[in-house]
Amino acid sequence: MNALIEIERLSENVAPESVGLQGVSRSFGAAVALHDINLSIKRGEIVGLIGRSGAGKSTLIRVLNGLDKPQAGRVVIGGQDITDLDERALQPIRRRIGMIFQHFNLLSAKTVAENVALPLKIAGQGTEVRRKRVMELLDLVGLADKAQAYPAQLSGGQKQRVGIARALAPEPVLLLSDEATSALDPETTGSILGLLARVNRDLGLTVLMITHEIEVVRQIAHRVVVLDGGRVVEEGAVARVLASPQTEVTRALVRGLSPSLPGDLMALVRPLGAQALLRLDVYGPQARLPILSRIAEITGQPARLLHGGLNDVQGEPYGRMFIALGTADAAKLAQVLAALSPISVGLEVLGYVPADV
Amino acid sequence: MSQQMFELLLKGLWETTVMTGVSGALSFLLGLPLALVLVTTDRGGIFENLSVNRVLGGIVNALRSVPFIILLVAVIPFTRLLVGSAIGIAAAIVPLTIAATPYFARIAEVSLREVDRGLIDAARAMGANRWTILREVLVPEALPGIVSGFTVTLVTLIGASAMAGAVGAGGLGDIAIRYGYQRFETAVMVAVVIVLIVMVCGLQAFGDWLTRRIDHR
Ligand SMILES: Nc1ncnc2c1ncn2[C@@H]1O[C@H](COP(=O)(O)OP(=O)(O)OP(=O)(O)O)[C@@H](O)[C@H]1O
Ligand SMILES: [Mg+2]
Repeated sequence: MNALIEIERLSENVAPESVGLQGVSRSFGAAVALHDINLSIKRGEIVGLIGRSGAGKSTLIRVLNGLDKPQAGRVVIGGQDITDLDERALQPIRRRIGMIFQHFNLLSAKTVAENVALPLKIAGQGTEVRRKRVMELLDLVGLADKAQAYPAQLSGGQKQRVGIARALAPEPVLLLSDEATSALDPETTGSILGLLARVNRDLGLTVLMITHEIEVVRQIAHRVVVLDGGRVVEEGAVARVLASPQTEVTRALVRGLSPSLPGDLMALVRPLGAQALLRLDVYGPQARLPILSRIAEITGQPARLLHGGLNDVQGEPYGRMFIALGTADAAKLAQVLAALSPISVGLEVLGYVPADV
Repeated sequence: MSQQMFELLLKGLWETTVMTGVSGALSFLLGLPLALVLVTTDRGGIFENLSVNRVLGGIVNALRSVPFIILLVAVIPFTRLLVGSAIGIAAAIVPLTIAATPYFARIAEVSLREVDRGLIDAARAMGANRWTILREVLVPEALPGIVSGFTVTLVTLIGASAMAGAVGAGGLGDIAIRYGYQRFETAVMVAVVIVLIVMVCGLQAFGDWLTRRIDHR
């Protein structure tokens, strides 16, 4: 009994529960894929990794399970430095890391069931255990009826779900996911994300998920990391980043979820005018304060919301608002800014608009 | 067709089948591992070892560049050492195998190289060791190409076995040359050619059918 507990503790120690990259760089010839990346992921955290095509996202997750070796820096998985481990030493660690590939990478000569069973076979599980676990997973991803089909007979989204089932089969403690939902319709995406969130909650699965769908990040990530040109250009709580993206790249990536001033309003903004126009980014509890009436109290004029509003990330409100102050008075404006700045994550005077817009 | 000629053809068919079958089986057993070594020891391979790769590649190229008729004669001392005689079917199987092994190895190598690198990565990511990668990924994924390549090898062997008549191994080709070419018995030659055509077509059709059956790509 004691020995068992001891073993469990040992495996807990080497288990790849948390992830750390320290100063990691990787180039392919002259092309820099990763440059001095520092990143750490806590156990049980879901981190979304976003970035333009070619930003280095796939390279980053390949470095995490040793499929690719960095030229500089350290890679730490579950407290263990794996940077210099050879293939053989990496094997037991990889068995606890699930990986979903951007291009699915299913074995064409094996059936769906055999594909999902392969990691279990590699881990030395018996036939009966494998069969049960495979059916359980295919059920979860809604492909129980395709168990005996070959990958070539499946649609893109079905292949993707086989890849997800395969990655989850050995009950990994860390899941590296490269565009796991890119080929799925919104409904299936929702159910797959629900599945991942559940495994995360129930088994403490740590997830690093690459996605180009900011909506996926909004639905399940706790934190988001933005990669550009091989560098981390921004990272933080999802609500914070969505409310107030700090870089041009992030702004472009989150555009769908972060309102910008419509063209016709933009055209009316002048360096001088009747009413000052503010952009206000908020997130968290502050987002629900009576902001408009506070402004009105200071200026003595009704404040108007011209565009934007609140949204939510997993129960946490965030939003961007474009507010016309009702006055152009510089002193009042300064007072308003002073009052708003402690409760906002982004605040900017965009210009002035006529009173009648 | 006379009874005598029928028996002659039957004997030739049997000899050709034995020569092709045995040297084919041997070149499969030797050529597939050779192809696996060539692919996996190359740069970026799972058993990367460039010196082994270069040496084996060189040997394969050297063997492939020797014309079969020369190989046939050149290996006679080796054949004698191996099977105790330099003439007969067993003696022909030695040079045929030596020629077919590197030939098949190169064809199998092409199929193995075509296996998507991503599939090997997928297996590595699961924590598979190198033997598992060979068994579960490389060979099964390349199998359709290997089978169709083996069919090509067998067909080539049927042709090459005709030359084996030079070491007294008999076979259909030998009959065609001796009766048809040297004695101007055109009927014999035509009969032999027809048997060969049927044999090659049947083999190719079977190979194609098998390839289709195992190909799920
Ligand atoms: N094996 C390789 N050989 C050469 N260059 C590579 C290799 N892998 C990646 N690169 C280069 O590294 C850079 C980052 O590639 P990576 O695949 O990590 O991008 P990504 O962010 O995943 O892009 P995408 O969203 O299009 O998948 C690119 O410039 C790419 O050309
Ligand atoms: Mg990628």
